Amino acid sequence: MAKQLYNQPSPLETRVVSKNFAIEGSETLDVYLANDGYKAFRKAREMTPEAIVEEVKTSGLRGRGGAGFPTGLKWSFVPRNSPKPRVIVVNADESEPGTCKDRLLMEYDPHQLIEGILIAGLAVDAHKGYIYIRGEYRYLIDEMDRAIDEAYAKGYLGNNVAGTGFQFDLCTHSGAGAYECGEETALLDSIEGKRGIPRMKPPFPAVAGAWALPTLLNNVETFSAIPAIIRDGGAAFAALGTPKNGGTRLVCISGHVNKPGVYELPLGFPMMKAIYEVAGGIPGGKKLKAVVPGGSSCPILRADECDIPMDYDTLAKVGSMLGSGGMVVLDETTDMVRFALRIMKFYAHESCGWCIPCREGTTWLKKILQRFYEGQGRREDISMLGELSKNMLGRTFCALGDAAALPTISIVEKFTEDFEVYLARQEVMV
Amino acid sequence: MTFSPQLEERFAKMLTRYPEGRTRSAVIPMLMYAQDEVGAVTKELIEEVARRCKVTPLQVDEVVGYYSMLHRKPQGKFHVQVCTNISCLLVGGEELYEHAKKKLGVGHKQTTADGQFSLEEVECMGACSWAPAVEINYDFHHFVTPEKLDQLIDDLRKAGLRKAQ
Amino acid sequence: MADIVKLTIDGREIQAEKGKLLIEVARQNGIEVPAFCYHEDYTLQAACRMCLVEIEKTPKLQVGCTTPVAEGMVVRTDSDIVKKSRKGMVEFLLTNHPLDCPVCDKGGECELQDMTFRYGAGESRFLERKIHTDEKQWSPVVYFDAPRCILCYRCVRACNEGMGVGALGVGNRGAISEIVPNHGDHLECDECGLCIDICPVGALTSGAYRYQTRPWEMEHVGTICTHCADGCKTTLGVRNDEIIRGNNRDRSGINNEFLCVKGRYAFDFTKHPERLQSPMMKTEKGYEPISWSQALEVVSTKFSEAKARGGKFGVIGSNHTTNEENFFLAKFARQGLGTNNIDHHRTGDLATFFDALSGKTDPLATTHDVYSAKAVLVVGADLAQQHPFLSFQARANFRHHNAHIYAVTSGPVREDNQAVASVRVQKGGELAGVESLRDKLKAEGDLVIVFGDSVQGDALRKLVAFGDSLGIPVKYVCLVDYSNSRGAFDMGVIPRDGGMSREQMLAATDLDVLWVVGSNPLKSAAIASKQAFVVVQDLFMTETARQADIVLPSASAYEKSGTVTNVCGEVQRLKQAIKVMGTKTDLEIFGQLAKEMGLNLGIWLPDKVFEEIRKTVHGYGVSPALLAMGPVPTRPLNGRVAALPGAIQSSGDTLFTSGSLTPYSEILNNVMEAPGKLYGGQGQ
Repeated sequence: MAKQLYNQPSPLETRVVSKNFAIEGSETLDVYLANDGYKAFRKAREMTPEAIVEEVKTSGLRGRGGAGFPTGLKWSFVPRNSPKPRVIVVNADESEPGTCKDRLLMEYDPHQLIEGILIAGLAVDAHKGYIYIRGEYRYLIDEMDRAIDEAYAKGYLGNNVAGTGFQFDLCTHSGAGAYECGEETALLDSIEGKRGIPRMKPPFPAVAGAWALPTLLNNVETFSAIPAIIRDGGAAFAALGTPKNGGTRLVCISGHVNKPGVYELPLGFPMMKAIYEVAGGIPGGKKLKAVVPGGSSCPILRADECDIPMDYDTLAKVGSMLGSGGMVVLDETTDMVRFALRIMKFYAHESCGWCIPCREGTTWLKKILQRFYEGQGRREDISMLGELSKNMLGRTFCALGDAAALPTISIVEKFTEDFEVYLARQEVMV
Repeated sequence: MTFSPQLEERFAKMLTRYPEGRTRSAVIPMLMYAQDEVGAVTKELIEEVARRCKVTPLQVDEVVGYYSMLHRKPQGKFHVQVCTNISCLLVGGEELYEHAKKKLGVGHKQTTADGQFSLEEVECMGACSWAPAVEINYDFHHFVTPEKLDQLIDDLRKAGLRKAQ
Repeated sequence: MADIVKLTIDGREIQAEKGKLLIEVARQNGIEVPAFCYHEDYTLQAACRMCLVEIEKTPKLQVGCTTPVAEGMVVRTDSDIVKKSRKGMVEFLLTNHPLDCPVCDKGGECELQDMTFRYGAGESRFLERKIHTDEKQWSPVVYFDAPRCILCYRCVRACNEGMGVGALGVGNRGAISEIVPNHGDHLECDECGLCIDICPVGALTSGAYRYQTRPWEMEHVGTICTHCADGCKTTLGVRNDEIIRGNNRDRSGINNEFLCVKGRYAFDFTKHPERLQSPMMKTEKGYEPISWSQALEVVSTKFSEAKARGGKFGVIGSNHTTNEENFFLAKFARQGLGTNNIDHHRTGDLATFFDALSGKTDPLATTHDVYSAKAVLVVGADLAQQHPFLSFQARANFRHHNAHIYAVTSGPVREDNQAVASVRVQKGGELAGVESLRDKLKAEGDLVIVFGDSVQGDALRKLVAFGDSLGIPVKYVCLVDYSNSRGAFDMGVIPRDGGMSREQMLAATDLDVLWVVGSNPLKSAAIASKQAFVVVQDLFMTETARQADIVLPSASAYEKSGTVTNVCGEVQRLKQAIKVMGTKTDLEIFGQLAKEMGLNLGIWLPDKVFEEIRKTVHGYGVSPALLAMGPVPTRPLNGRVAALPGAIQSSGDTLFTSGSLTPYSEILNNVMEAPGKLYGGQGQ
């Protein structure tokens, strides 16, 4: 019997991490076990840690949180022979505007996530895990707690996971509303009970992370992909995507589309096809103006730049990023000044305040854009927006500064005409 | 200061979850859950959490202002959070927020006189593909139109909470 | 032998120790790398981004404050992009920073002003509204103006790491981030003022100094603080013969950037309205002012008379007069008055100490040793209260070198936070506590033992024997209070050769003359002799002065030159900052009295007296040239020291009291902290 999901699935999807979503009771352990659950874990239990990491490397899986760092490589950085115990931390802070996928993974397939965490535990010899979930997702904290309790009760967490003698303890940890806590080192400070301020690297979390312990930190979707990779082999996962961009990912399509939703598409899926076939095209037949490819932190793409396959390397080549998978579609009616303003309001609000350029830069840019939007802009403001953004770019303590600067620079440069419209309007009014 | 038995049990478990001597980690989750019961992060609550987590009240106070969801003043019984970030913006999120202001008669981070409702313009809450999105307390609502928001508020005025559809 | 690497900065080939921070290496080679948040004593931040430099083969600019130098590194600090980056950072900072210079205390010594002049733009492009919040007062001393704050977090680190107090934190987020005090709207802390001095801008300002003057209107005089025995250097800002402020911003002296509330602010006793400015004579109508010539005549006549008929003299010297004054007074007593009855308020058992150390090589720890030793053991003392600089040194030792700290005290002390082991004992039972740490201490590389007055006499000998038995190098600090107790002892203001102790003098019913210099024994004791002629030299009408026949107004330590010896035996020079009308230095009073009495005790100029001290006082043969540059350690008498009669007791002062000066310092009285209560330790 068909379960009511938040959006209708698309026949163009390739279901790997979302393969259980539509199954009734997919969030229960029994249903999970009946659908390939823990096959991967048992297989991994017989593998050496090195072999597990190799398999993940082969899969070409790259961090699904936004940075896209090769996952297998990241796992290999955790020193297994450290005298300090290693710990797994799951980044479920999902706050990148445009992104709503980790929510579904925790709601519809929590045990898949747990299994992925357990396999990571095997790979780096870790026996403790924490799932850092953003505070707004309280119902999902409750849901993960329930699934974790279920796993403990049935012997899939604790001293003897699935009867294999492996020991692992897992719990959730609530955030309290801070986008910066999605940055891995800021998350670590937050999980230690402090303000979410990012840390200097080195040391990297793999060596000294949560509570100065070697920490393996990855996004929810990254961990969720692990069971499939171990079960069916890294090569099979890799083959679904493009070279060096293996597998599939959950793409959150939103904005001006007829069928907004979260769809699992293989890496390399054509962007135009995603917009027009998967998401049903633009309402009212309007023209495409721009696309935010992977969350608000990415440089924006003009319509004529969107005829590309969606993978990390291609997006990087065209000067943007695949990012968090949050694809926002803007049609011709979109006021780019208003859009840029809203983006900068977000970053100014979420800036942790640690370093001068981000804290003062985002605030200043927001005020300029606000003034411009309210009809008090000057021609010099347009170039100043770009210049100030470039004074932030690459000079901040963490990537939030870049995340604020990049979209702003791209909007000002690619949609200067929208700013010109405002200036023209002001002249008329004068 | 004591809390309900359920909350006490949750706190007791929380304090054992983190590595030895690292009870500071429990500060933020404790504040989040206690806030629901106490109504706001009061000075008393700060001191209580500090005592239980073995940190100074200053160390607890520092985090309260940093995290958006911790508030020092009580909110309404139903805290209406309307997202106006990019995905919601494109499909009428800002207009929805303006509508909410009129409907409730309060502005950003303000509470109605009867204490029933408070309103906040929030950042992306992770419902982008089902926008416009509204969170009331911890319940998500998708594809919210002004009419639907009116209905939600009116229903809440009467009783109960509805789960995310 | 550390690895040396070769790198290039701005085209210059430079050699440096591998792993050292780029910003340090550049600065040591005269290449300027600006920074707000970088401070070599505290944790690295990389928050201000001013120190961004270009490093070849890295795509982005790198911060110099966290980048270690490496072989073959090619760095440019003077390229266009670096200049642009610095200009950009200053510009960002000035967007919310208010243009308060005309009304801001920091004007003229403000790092942001300096940075703007050097690296910033001449005009502002910022048209928007600045974020404003009102100024706050957090304590009688500390004012905070959030808009001026550049969020460099130096104050937070200084308070938390340096002082170990942790009264400052950071609240909120983003551009409205703000420094917050530990009690919501006010501070409860040591009131040391380190946060104010370490603030690069005028965000934190001093309530004692604000709005009074500009830094360039003051003459800055570096001298030694007159309160506790640590011997911190305090730089007094003087204008029109008035001390306006004290700080240690130039970080000279043994104490680097450290000063406690007394060193920084409690100079205000010098201008208290009750300051004695004229000699006073007791009459039936009370105390009448008389002239100096009159006073000296009366005193010299009385002294000469008493001496002629073989009368009994009692001389009680001071714990904070200079070495020169102490030396001269001891000479006056023994040669001039023919008496051995000379003593001072002894706050540590130095006699037993030196006797027990006799024959050892180099057993005294300097203040630097407390910072550099592998282990520090604190016995029976609450350093944070009575010796805050030693506390700072031990804590810095822990922070920078992971030194092992141990505390054996009767109550909680601040050192507990860094200690490997803390043992609580009853007062007097310290030795047992120390013994319990034997195994741990034996394993240390070296050790400094700091002990308070409850370890005296036999217990002190046992402590030294314990140190000997560990088989590792051990150095000692015998804690004494007040600014020159060591000097008083070393110069001979002690009842050796059968002289009477303080208590004995006061109990002697046949005492003919009691001469009290800079001390207040009659606060807690009575004088038995009804016929004693009492002469008191002091700054105020203390309890003792109010029983004197003649009161002579003397100068404080900030009003004279000379030398003092700190608790670790380091001699340092005082430099006169001001002169208070009507007073004379104690040395001058001694000299003129001697002249009136026809005694030949030598020239009473500080330099001349010090020459004599160098020649005749064991361990004080220090080079004047070295002394001009900084502290010089003295060596104790390397021979047996006879026991002295009389009691030894610590002053029990805290951060907010300073012996008889306490009632006369408005700052100390305004500050509301309960002494010792907050941080444990009731003053041993």
